[in-house]
Amino acid sequence: MRLSTGDPRLRAAAYQAAALAAVILLGWYLVSNTLANLEARRIASGFAFLGREAGFEIGETSLIAYGAADTYLRALAVGLANTFRVALIGIVAATALGALIGLARLSRNWLVAKLAAAYVEFVRNVPLLVQLFFWYAVITENLPGPREAVEPLPGVFLANRGIFFPVPAWSAVHGWMLAATALGAGAALAHARWARRRQARTGRRPPVLAGAAALLVLPPALAWLAGGAPTRFSVPALAGFNFAGGAHLSPEFAALTAGLIVYTASFIAEIVRAGVLAIDRGQFEAAYALGLRRGLAMRLVVLPQALRAIVPPVTSQYLNLIKNSSLAVAIGYPDLVSIANTTINQTGQAIEGIAIIMAVYLTISLVISALMNWYNARIALKER
Amino acid sequence: MSARPMIELRKVSKRFGDFQALKAIDLEVAPGEKIVVCGPSGSGKSTMIRIVNGLERHDSGTVVVDGIELRDDLREIEAIRAEVGMVFQSFNLFPHLTVLQNLTLAPLWVRKMPRRQAEALAMELLERVKIPEQAGKYPGQLSGGQQQRVAIARALAMRPKAMLFDEPTSALDPEMIKEVLDVMVELAREGMTMVVVTHEMGFARTVADRVVFMDQGEIVEAAPPQEFFGAPQTDRARLFLSQILGH
Ligand SMILES: Nc1ncnc2c1ncn2[C@@H]1O[C@H](COP(=O)(O)OP(=O)(O)O)[C@@H](O)[C@H]1O
Ligand SMILES: [Mg+2]
Repeated sequence: MRLSTGDPRLRAAAYQAAALAAVILLGWYLVSNTLANLEARRIASGFAFLGREAGFEIGETSLIAYGAADTYLRALAVGLANTFRVALIGIVAATALGALIGLARLSRNWLVAKLAAAYVEFVRNVPLLVQLFFWYAVITENLPGPREAVEPLPGVFLANRGIFFPVPAWSAVHGWMLAATALGAGAALAHARWARRRQARTGRRPPVLAGAAALLVLPPALAWLAGGAPTRFSVPALAGFNFAGGAHLSPEFAALTAGLIVYTASFIAEIVRAGVLAIDRGQFEAAYALGLRRGLAMRLVVLPQALRAIVPPVTSQYLNLIKNSSLAVAIGYPDLVSIANTTINQTGQAIEGIAIIMAVYLTISLVISALMNWYNARIALKER
Repeated sequence: MSARPMIELRKVSKRFGDFQALKAIDLEVAPGEKIVVCGPSGSGKSTMIRIVNGLERHDSGTVVVDGIELRDDLREIEAIRAEVGMVFQSFNLFPHLTVLQNLTLAPLWVRKMPRRQAEALAMELLERVKIPEQAGKYPGQLSGGQQQRVAIARALAMRPKAMLFDEPTSALDPEMIKEVLDVMVELAREGMTMVVVTHEMGFARTVADRVVFMDQGEIVEAAPPQEFFGAPQTDRARLFLSQILGH
């Protein structure tokens, strides 16, 4: 084979090799330069700092016990747990609220539809950061101090230090109730499967929701009664300038979660609405013509088809929500980014700190994408 | 033959905004009767048969189907829809369900039929429309003619007392029209009450008891096919016939 410089394939390969070489050179330059700078400032590179004592307090340590004497690694784990707490609650609530508002916008009730439209248009056109400041201000500026806290329900207090509410004082009986709930959940799943088989056999469908509700509520209730029906509650009570006892949601957590839910729900609502509208009217009409009522036509015919169009964009809204939760830093909620920031400030290990943030967010994003791709493939339309 | 008509429209009017789509329509369809409805595009044919099963609401007049008057009560409309089958020009099969599931959906959820019985009925109907071998396929995998036959079977699975067809063959390639018309002729032989909007005049001649000619929201003529085709009474009908039979 004769090679000439005029061969287009050869030229393309040469360009690609040159581009690759340029990228490698640039990367090598950046790394060696950074290492040299770090050395000049006597900052050791590497992740050894993670084992050192952090020395700062964290306002919210809900899932992982933490004190200033713990390590940076533990502090970052607390931040990650805080991020997960916001993301999980945010995703579940934004999905529910978004679906509700999306369907409300399709309602035949004029007022309901217009209210939903106004919500969407207003919320998604105001920057999220502004909304977070708004929610934070609503809580910290408009609510009174703990001494004058609003008490909408007995034992529940709204104050500029957050929301305080009673929780049952922990006892061994509650452990048994948890176990009973798990058993009940298993039984509810079995019941749903039995109901489906029974519908297949006899045509009649036993009440699945009522059965599941009973199976979820009764076993823990029985365990509670068998355990002597403990009724002791830990109730928040004013102690000095703040409340003690009960459970507590900080203003930062409440503002961040509310902001993310309200904001993301407006996008999810539009996705759900567009998904339903994209389904041909003929599908509704064919379902109605067979005698299916509106709810069943929606559930059995339209939504299963709309879901295929809804899942991919909603996935990217979930990813957005998780990434947007890093705006926590602006209102002082100790999420992963906020704690990594503090860590970087104290140790100077900026590269490692940012690498940790990037690795964590990348991992979360890839896991969610993979889950949603799997789900999407499962419901894909079979044609031709 | 019972005295009570299966479908009865009296002075039925319908407007879309400023446009009067139906002007005081009167029509009675006896049990077992086959009506072919024809007329120029936009004359109100679809609107009329969609009013019969409540897909459109009429503004005035009365509609009675199988003794039930169509009012605003959704339960009554649903009761009527369960008794009246409808076949659309664009098939409107459910693309996410198999052919068999398309046929069993309404019997399972509306008639509360046991699954085994619903599936046996579905297979029997697929035999009747001559595509039992397609039961496990999805609508997207079938030809247009096959899809329309599935749509007819899907409507029949509710064991309707009457069937409405809105131009069932006009979206089909010519070579597929016959397989669908054959199924409809068969259905007519079995005594089904049928209202068929179509311009297939051969079908009208073989099957129809009466041909109803509509123009500009009115029923202009209604007569047995020999009379209608042999001696149309109005200029409008003569013009229409010359246009579709002529060329
Ligand atoms: N949903 C609607 N909104 C407004 N106009 C409509 C609607 N449906 C039908 N029309 C109008 O009513 C007239 C009759 O329509 P249709 O019953 O579909 O006629 P045909 O089936 O005889 O062609 C047409 O002029 C059509 O444009
Ligand atoms: Mg039409």
